[in-house]
Amino acid sequence: MKPAAFSYHRAHSVAGAVGLLTELGEDAKVIAGGQSLVAMMNFRLARPEHLIDITHVDGLSGIRRDGAALHLGALVTHRAVERADLGPEFRVLSEAMAWVGHLPIRTRGTVGGSIAHSDATAEWCLLAVLLDARIVAEGPAGRREIAAGEFFLGPYTTALEPDELIVEIVFPRPAPRAALTEYADRKGDFAIVAAAVDLDAPGGPRVVLGGVAPTPVSVAPRTGAGSRSPGEIVAAAVEVRDEPGISAHYRRGLVRTLVDRAWAEAAAR
Amino acid sequence: MIQLIELTVNGERHDLAVEPRRTLVDVLRHDLGLTGTHVGCEHGICGACTVLVDGAPVRACLMFPAQVEGADIRTVESLAAPDGTLNDLQQCFSAHHGLQCGFCTPGFLMLAEGYLAEEPDATKEEIREVVASNLCRCTGYQTIVEAIDDCAVRRRAALQQQLDGSTA
Amino acid sequence: MNEAAFRKDGAWVGASVPRREDPRLLAGRGRFVDDITLPGMLHAQFVRSTEAHAEIRSVDLAEVRAVPGVVAAFDAADLDLRDITALLDRPAAEFVPTAMPVLARDRVRYVGEPVAIVVARDPYAAEDGLEAAVVEYAPLEPVVSDTAALAPGAPLVHAEAAANTLVDVSMFATEGIEETFAEAHTVVRVQTRTGRQNALPLETRGVVADWDDRDEQLRVQTCSQVPHQVRTVLARCVGLDEKRVRVTVPDMGGGFGQKCVVGREEIAAAAAALRLRRPVKWIEDRRDALTASFLAREQRYDVRAAFSADGEILGIDADVVCDMGAYSCYPFTAGIEPLMASAEMPSVYTVPAYRVRARAVTTNKAPTAPYRGVSRPQYVMVVERLFEKAARALGLDAVELRRRNLITTFPYTGVNAVTYDPGSYLESLDLCEATLREEGWFDRRAEPGRVVGIGFACFSERTGYGSGAFAQRRMAVVPGFDLSQITMDLDGTVAVTTGTLSHGQSHETTMAQIVADRLGLPYERVKIVQGDTDRITYGWGSFASRSITIGGSAVAAASVKLGERLREIAAHLLGTDLDSTALDGDGGVRAGDRRLSYAELADVAYLRSHLLPKGLDPGLSATASFDVDGDGTFSNATHGVVVELDPGTGGVRILRYVCVEDCGVAIHPQVVEGQARGGIAQGIAGALFEQVTYDEAGQPQAPSFMEYKVPTAAEIPDVRIEHLETPCAFTESGAKGAGEGGTIGAPAAVLNAVNDALRHTGTELDDTPIPRESIFRALEVGR
Repeated sequence: MKPAAFSYHRAHSVAGAVGLLTELGEDAKVIAGGQSLVAMMNFRLARPEHLIDITHVDGLSGIRRDGAALHLGALVTHRAVERADLGPEFRVLSEAMAWVGHLPIRTRGTVGGSIAHSDATAEWCLLAVLLDARIVAEGPAGRREIAAGEFFLGPYTTALEPDELIVEIVFPRPAPRAALTEYADRKGDFAIVAAAVDLDAPGGPRVVLGGVAPTPVSVAPRTGAGSRSPGEIVAAAVEVRDEPGISAHYRRGLVRTLVDRAWAEAAAR
Repeated sequence: MIQLIELTVNGERHDLAVEPRRTLVDVLRHDLGLTGTHVGCEHGICGACTVLVDGAPVRACLMFPAQVEGADIRTVESLAAPDGTLNDLQQCFSAHHGLQCGFCTPGFLMLAEGYLAEEPDATKEEIREVVASNLCRCTGYQTIVEAIDDCAVRRRAALQQQLDGSTA
Repeated sequence: MNEAAFRKDGAWVGASVPRREDPRLLAGRGRFVDDITLPGMLHAQFVRSTEAHAEIRSVDLAEVRAVPGVVAAFDAADLDLRDITALLDRPAAEFVPTAMPVLARDRVRYVGEPVAIVVARDPYAAEDGLEAAVVEYAPLEPVVSDTAALAPGAPLVHAEAAANTLVDVSMFATEGIEETFAEAHTVVRVQTRTGRQNALPLETRGVVADWDDRDEQLRVQTCSQVPHQVRTVLARCVGLDEKRVRVTVPDMGGGFGQKCVVGREEIAAAAAALRLRRPVKWIEDRRDALTASFLAREQRYDVRAAFSADGEILGIDADVVCDMGAYSCYPFTAGIEPLMASAEMPSVYTVPAYRVRARAVTTNKAPTAPYRGVSRPQYVMVVERLFEKAARALGLDAVELRRRNLITTFPYTGVNAVTYDPGSYLESLDLCEATLREEGWFDRRAEPGRVVGIGFACFSERTGYGSGAFAQRRMAVVPGFDLSQITMDLDGTVAVTTGTLSHGQSHETTMAQIVADRLGLPYERVKIVQGDTDRITYGWGSFASRSITIGGSAVAAASVKLGERLREIAAHLLGTDLDSTALDGDGGVRAGDRRLSYAELADVAYLRSHLLPKGLDPGLSATASFDVDGDGTFSNATHGVVVELDPGTGGVRILRYVCVEDCGVAIHPQVVEGQARGGIAQGIAGALFEQVTYDEAGQPQAPSFMEYKVPTAAEIPDVRIEHLETPCAFTESGAKGAGEGGTIGAPAAVLNAVNDALRHTGTELDDTPIPRESIFRALEVGR
């Protein structure tokens, strides 16, 4: 479990990183916290020829409010978000970090890295979709913003171009009544199902699910009429995977439970 | 390809020429001879390789040394006094029988050092949650949690005593 | 901190003294095998089979040897080593011997089987080398389950083993048992399957080997619970005299049985070192440890129990199938699990009739080795489930039903021809139940709106298997005795060798306590020497909770002998007779009001030997051996568990765990508690979390800790431990073994608790690890 050989490149600026990406092409991988990438490299499931280290790039570690919006630099760590006082508007982000791996992983892992990695159960991917985050990417042609809803294309696949670097994630609106919860058999594991709820999303309450499909699934349940709980409504509305050991029936049951729990938590605020 | 790097470990500066792909834990163990940090899984789950980087606990199996040039790296070897006297946390582990085979122990010690430095007022339940970061196959964890909690209580009491002394 | 919680009543035994191992391990100054670096050392990794079952057409290592940094690569033909073959002394109808080649020769039998060894300047280059190997396979149909193995017409894993059966024994069949079952008031049945597990020492296996011209020895520093057995097998495989092989064991990061068999990789790495005349290190990586190391525990039980109307157990009728994977391990063979289950299944109850058939089947999965508890976690689970089911059928309380059937008069000779020495079977159950009751858990169980269950497990554990007990198993090599040598130096300090070796169990401390009491020395002045084949003629190592019972008894006996010798010298020097002398408990020998310190006696024994009595050899040393005469000694315990189930997720939370245990005299109570807690954690892991799985093609599905779910501090509860003490009559210290009990009791107690919580649903779950989906579905129906 030793990585295959690679060349190491240290970027000192965003432009420098983009320059390296442009120059080195598809054989290059960006490393930030490396908490998923290095594990995959140790298994030789990932074997980039070039590693572009952006951890020494200044200016990507800021947490900043700009009016209603919250800006997180790509290199902000999970732990920094967990410990930050983001106020009632964004406390959901801090609280959700308790679900991200364990303390040493949160110490090192970054928001940008998690978004770029695009794991279907990753908390940041769910939160980005839930809260209409915009992913700010810089490429040779300059900066562009990609809506979270259009960013995650599949497991480990995103709308990011090979020569683009995520520099910032912008959460444009407060979410005072939002919550995220998960279930796994063991603490710190990737969730079997994760559910995030924002009761104040534009157009009505929104639910985003992880673990049911290759990318986060967003649902806007129509509640109100009838006696069914939001969880039951969502569970009936989504397609879920069936796999050995975890049937679609069970996964649907988890969706029902977790949506109801997240919903109740959000509503209690 | 060989890369020149400079690492500061336990306050000592080292100049190294290594392949970039060597993980930090391998460099610490085999290039610097600091074998107290152990390797248990090489995919970031067991925590046997936990060290402190700028005071925070990290998995040394998931890092390359070039990423931590200029950082302050601390390993288990930094805890005891030069004459071998164990620090308070190490003494608590011994008193509570928080180790059996001792293989996971350096990882738990560094995890606890990093965490208690950040959260000196941690409750026992919070400590248990952090202890869940690493794997131990011998103890069943209870005595590890108790050892760290005991150490935290003692440090708080010592600090209080100091404060009381300075105001008196 | 329990500052110097030293000597209780002036004795070292019984006091939780600071562990001798702790300072170095806490300071990061232990020496584990991967900490060892020798000049010019090379690093090995193995080309491993990618097929579960195939003929090897060709192995081409030419490209491997061309990889930068690779120094050598060898396949089976290159190294030409003798196979490893473990034997039972049983007829062909009961046991089929099979050979395990060090490197696969013409056939591979599991994914991960070593095919070639690559030796390189560092582990990175070695792994680069693996990728360049070209192995051509002709795939065969894999056998991936015990049922598939036993199906008519199944492909054969070993041509010589018909029906893929390596062991098929029917050790007991009480006459008239058919009638007993036919006439019984109630017959209950448990059909269960337990998941394949990995003992999972946190330190993986590993070895450093080098040939030393000065000593003319192949020096092997390896991570093994059984160094002498490694020496024997290695000497045979490479064709060296045993004296030309020295096996030592450095600090070891746990074993739990996985390291008490001889591994192919340690032999291959040593053979490569011998061939290259350079030191070779092999450290197993976690992926290999999870997929290609020795595994355990995958068993299927179909067991019935007959009860009378008033709840008396009348008989047990059992069929056991153990999926032992691709090879028989050395020295225990594939018989390890079926033989253990057959011999011990009647457990702690007065079972008058017993019939058992137990088989070891071979499949295309990684092979198995003993794992902490060996079959006992499973049959205890089965028997405890039978009692729960019988209680329901009879309308009785399950604890009360156990009370009516527990062995209460000792010694008790069971239907399994085993004699049980005194224990506290009933007392431990009573105390365990009373403790949970006092703590209010039975009230919590009755609270509406919560899904809470309480489960118990009663069991005993045979420890201190002597040669007699192992001979009953009819192994071709019969473990049992152990040796000890004690020497005293000029300053009156002692060094004691033992054939056992600690890998977490604290023997450097506990053995020293035993010696300290025998010689009246502070335990700091006793050095324990272990894990070195050059320092003791023979040793059986540490497994089966044998170290304190047998090794500790040998150490005690050697100490007593040395004490006698010291008295002899003192009597002579003081001009008195032997009977007038006594060890004074403070490092000296007293005769009346005169005293000679050990240092003074050693001074005579070494530096002024002309003063010694005629006929007494100079120097101060003694050797002793110990074996258990008879059936061994039984530790016992009752575990009580409270669980709460989450109907929304099927999740299980353990609210409380109480363990009432009796391992005789506890040498070091804190260490005993540590063994219990750690064992319980592993038992919970088996009941709720861990499983090695394969797909239909025999590909391992749990190659990382993402899939193989070792529980953390968030899952493992605190455990309240209560001690009872029924001293063993025939070990030197009164101690019984304490290493495995926790693991044995936990799965049964947890499974019973989960089923108790499900009592209103009509669902019973008997397989482990318990799928959360099954709990979810059971509670969903009951909603």
